[in-house]
Amino acid sequence: MTERERIAGKKLRERSILNRTIRAFFDAREFIEIEAPILVPSPGLELHLDAFAVENRYLITSPEYQMKRLLAGGMQRIYSLGKVFRRKEAGAHHNPEFTMLEWYRAGAGWIEIADDTEALVWQCARQFRVTEVGRCALEPPWPRLTVGEACERWGRVRVYGDEDVTTLRERVAAAGWRVPADGDWSDVFFGFFLDAVEPHLGRDEPTLVHDWPAPLCALARAKPDDARVVERFEVYAAGLELCNAFGELTDAAEQRRRLESDLAARKQRGLAEYPIDEKFLAALADMPPAAGIALGVDRLAMLLLGASDIRDVLPFADDEL
Amino acid sequence: MIDSDGKRCYILPTMPSSVDATELRPGLKLLMDGQPYTVIERQFVKPGKGAAFTRTKMKNLLTGRNVENNFRSGEKIELADIEEKGMSFLYKEGEDFVFMDQQSYEQITIVKDLVGDDWKWLKDNMVVFVLFWNGRAIGVTLPNFVELRVVTSEPGVKGDTSGGAQKPATLETGATINVPLFINEGDLLRIDTRTGGYCERVKG
Repeated sequence: MTERERIAGKKLRERSILNRTIRAFFDAREFIEIEAPILVPSPGLELHLDAFAVENRYLITSPEYQMKRLLAGGMQRIYSLGKVFRRKEAGAHHNPEFTMLEWYRAGAGWIEIADDTEALVWQCARQFRVTEVGRCALEPPWPRLTVGEACERWGRVRVYGDEDVTTLRERVAAAGWRVPADGDWSDVFFGFFLDAVEPHLGRDEPTLVHDWPAPLCALARAKPDDARVVERFEVYAAGLELCNAFGELTDAAEQRRRLESDLAARKQRGLAEYPIDEKFLAALADMPPAAGIALGVDRLAMLLLGASDIRDVLPFADDEL
Repeated sequence: MIDSDGKRCYILPTMPSSVDATELRPGLKLLMDGQPYTVIERQFVKPGKGAAFTRTKMKNLLTGRNVENNFRSGEKIELADIEEKGMSFLYKEGEDFVFMDQQSYEQITIVKDLVGDDWKWLKDNMVVFVLFWNGRAIGVTLPNFVELRVVTSEPGVKGDTSGGAQKPATLETGATINVPLFINEGDLLRIDTRTGGYCERVKG
């Protein structure tokens, strides 16, 4: 394939318009765009993120630590539109280097962020005069349901968030789903979720799934009236996982406990051990209640531009370099 | 390599008995819940906060049903002992079918259920692929196209040459299919075994 043919298959003009639409959306809501650092001392400790190391720094897997320090420093509404990097992620929906849109609101909860997300996606969709993707109608409001409801409806499995891995495994198997021979809570859950639930999400309209089980808490805070789940949501649309949002954890002691537990699990599994970002932890003491989200812009482009492969919306995918 | 007694010994290459989820490829034969499957497609998937998985579309080789499963990276998946052999059809024995292995000349009997509706296109000496699981025949695949002769068919009504009109014709295997009106007894027809439909008349 010649370079001309390769480029002709790409939706690059549309991506440029998409970026402009995103910025216009946040400018109109008086957000400040942040150029988040790319080289950081800690890329985050989540078990399933593998970072690129560069000398004594790492390429960011998400700008969230620095964005939260800005909230602690008094900023109210901020967004970042930039590249993040995750090793070993390559496929039709993944590229090791991809564009992440993150935005945060001080003094707000996940509901406001969910409303932002609906409005943003709809504004971008109208920009491209897209109202439906396949049979998925994009106009808000979108259905919102809890992880527990989704697991029960499509998988016939009750997931509360306080069951141990053995119980979860038994319930998944009893409902007739395949259970892997080993794996922790997250592994058993996601195996079941991908087999049973995810194929049903976002088929007829984008679907917002909230109240994630506590073992999948990441950087989200516990739900005030039900500690078995955390304030976290994801949106699925037409076969794509678009974004992940949190009511942000601001309890430094709890955050340290989670990071240390992640680090211990990394040691135990022989994974790379990343430093705990002490400046991030120290800032949590001054951080106001806040909510924030990370949205994959390449996925949004795929959704709105009708691309089935992430290559079609990137000037150069990893294997085209 | 040299073993502990100082004698030379050889390690024979053997088929691995399992693969990692990341090694799944179309065509690979797997064992799941005690049933053999063939991989049709696979895709890298990774929930934002979860492990990487290989989403795998597979066909059950016993039932023919397609299923989709997500195998976690690092998960070991057992391989099924599947072998495909080219065999030629010899003759019918009662309701069953006798085939001969083209390499070993060994004969095997395959029960009618395994052949199913494909009996319609089976002609003496036709070479088909027989799928074996742990040495037991589990499936028969015919060539996509076969050529069969018409043994009986009423003549078409003269003058009726309109496009869609069809009439029944009985083939040398005993099967009856619909053919265009211009087909005569003795004609050789090309049949698509996947649809069971008439394709064209061939010279011969």
